[in-house]
Amino acid sequence: MKKTRVLSLVLAAALLVMPMAGCTQDAGAGGDTIKIGGLAPLTGDLSQYGVAVNNAVLMAVEDINKNGGILGKQIEYMPEDEKGDVTEAITAYNKLVAEGVVAIVGDVTSAPSKAVAQRANDDGMPIITASGTDADITLTGKYAYRACFIDPYQGKLMATYASKEMGAKTVAILYDSGDSYSTGIADAFESTAKELEMTVTNKEGYAHGSTDFNAQLTKIKANNPDVVMLPVYYNDVVLILKQAQQQGLTSQFLGADGWDGVVPQLAGDTSINDLLAKAYFCSQYSASSDDPDLQNFLKTYKEKYGIDANMFAVLGYDAMHILADAINRAGSTDADKIIQALSETNYSGLTGTTTFDENRNPVREAVITTFENGAYKVLQTYKA
Amino acid sequence: MDFITQLLNGLGLGSIYALIALGYSMVYGIVQLINFAHGDIIMVGGYALYVMLVIAGMPLWLAVLAPIVVCGLAGVLIERLAYQRLLTHNAERISLLITALGVSIFLQNLFMLLFKSDAKTMPPMFGSGVFELGGLSVTYSTLINIVVSVVMMIGLQMLVNRTKIGKAMQATSEDAGAAKLMGINTNKIIIITFAVGSILAAVGAVLYCNTYPQIKPTMGNLLGLKAFVAAVLGGIGSIPGAMLGGYLLGVLEQLTKAYITTEVTDAVVFAILIVVLLVRPAGLMGKNRKEKV
Repeated sequence: MKKTRVLSLVLAAALLVMPMAGCTQDAGAGGDTIKIGGLAPLTGDLSQYGVAVNNAVLMAVEDINKNGGILGKQIEYMPEDEKGDVTEAITAYNKLVAEGVVAIVGDVTSAPSKAVAQRANDDGMPIITASGTDADITLTGKYAYRACFIDPYQGKLMATYASKEMGAKTVAILYDSGDSYSTGIADAFESTAKELEMTVTNKEGYAHGSTDFNAQLTKIKANNPDVVMLPVYYNDVVLILKQAQQQGLTSQFLGADGWDGVVPQLAGDTSINDLLAKAYFCSQYSASSDDPDLQNFLKTYKEKYGIDANMFAVLGYDAMHILADAINRAGSTDADKIIQALSETNYSGLTGTTTFDENRNPVREAVITTFENGAYKVLQTYKA
Repeated sequence: MDFITQLLNGLGLGSIYALIALGYSMVYGIVQLINFAHGDIIMVGGYALYVMLVIAGMPLWLAVLAPIVVCGLAGVLIERLAYQRLLTHNAERISLLITALGVSIFLQNLFMLLFKSDAKTMPPMFGSGVFELGGLSVTYSTLINIVVSVVMMIGLQMLVNRTKIGKAMQATSEDAGAAKLMGINTNKIIIITFAVGSILAAVGAVLYCNTYPQIKPTMGNLLGLKAFVAAVLGGIGSIPGAMLGGYLLGVLEQLTKAYITTEVTDAVVFAILIVVLLVRPAGLMGKNRKEKV
């Protein structure tokens, strides 16, 4: 009896003290953190991309904070779920601004990224998207940066590669006509191919979300082009290649960074290894590189979240670091000083060394990657 | 020959639409409910197959039974938990429709939670390889789709027309109140209808996973929508109509891609459908039932 009374007294005392302890800690840390907002689709259709970016940003923040934070303060990362929706993204953006963030890492996909970048430029809020590839995003103004390649760059790069390195004469394009990423690359590929005097035998689109590509592949097969450009995401890549394999298409396939993710998608299935072995895609980083930082990141990510890190994660990690690096060099959280520092970025991260061009797009080499026995194999770095 | 290849490709795709459309049509025929969760049953079947085949490593013949059992149960469970009370209390049609949408969203999010939202690849199952004859080249899986769907339709026709349960279904569809007075357990008939519809969807799921070896939690959206359109096109409530609608939609889609445009296929296909429905509002094989006073 006595024991329980003592115990309950102790518990009561603990209960009284605990919230106070919390209070003092909060008050002490309040001025000691730098608030950085995050925008990503954490639920819904696009959540696989948003979650990857957000996971990696969280890791970057943890790493930075472990090494003393930025400007001697800890980063307080405040992610908001915008469900892949433009309206929700603006609402979430407003919330972050009201909460007093100094900069934002976001958004993840092109449409909301563009909308939010526009607002950020109106408000003078530094914003960096990890993965929004639409060229217009950073054209909204000087406050918007990105860590990834833009769509037209990849189209131009692969067309040049097909002509100069592979000696291709005839090309076909199969793309997702309902996706601006895919159309952006397809259009740039087509115009560069024509400039380089290659013949475009087919330019076939498909509706976003299609799973049947037999009609398009039958048409392409009839022309038997040297290469088929496939500027689509890895889900579709696997489906298309399986159907191409079944139809007996023998052309070489080309792709862009959306192909990153093909290998985990295969899940050990070897039926399209032959087609993959002669396919090339350009990537923003190479998972098989022996860069210790990258390997360490991939390993930690897998341990932490139980899935393989993809391109979105790698870019998310770099985006946060590029921003933190700029704030450090700016020596202040003033928006214009951060922007000035961002424009002078020369940051060596997981994707290589990043500098920015006058449109705030990264300038760096792409990694031409192929496959060997169902695994990625880096061929070379290449610049168009 | 290219034309015949494209035609067969279309029939193969249409077979899957047709199998799903049958479920929409049967349920609508019995309880006048547009069961929007039906598309997601395909997804449930896909994941059931994935779990058995890839995660548990079961042999193929055993694994293909899983979606049939799981979908059948899911169909019954959905009917009992979500719709039955509404049906017995003669709830507004709109409440049923909203409930169906709710079930659909629930299922998608449940599977996102369970399996994450990224797509999963299915291993090759059966019928890989190409059938070549002259200039004709069709994958075996396409041919399998067509054959299986025809067999399923014949089976279903026999079930509906030749068995007691089938006759009870027809009676319930005609007039549920009168059927009840004649001693038909309409509740049981409704449950059986859901189960049969879901099992057909499960067969569709197996064929789908074999032909388009990828599954994701939202895969039922477009598939369900197209199958629903196929059911309406054929005349909702009619079994041969649902099949015809499915084949027609698949063929239209494929031929549009092959000979008109690959970029706005759906716009062209659906424009054709609108015209068809303007001419025949009850669908191709639907009957314009007069309201009985």
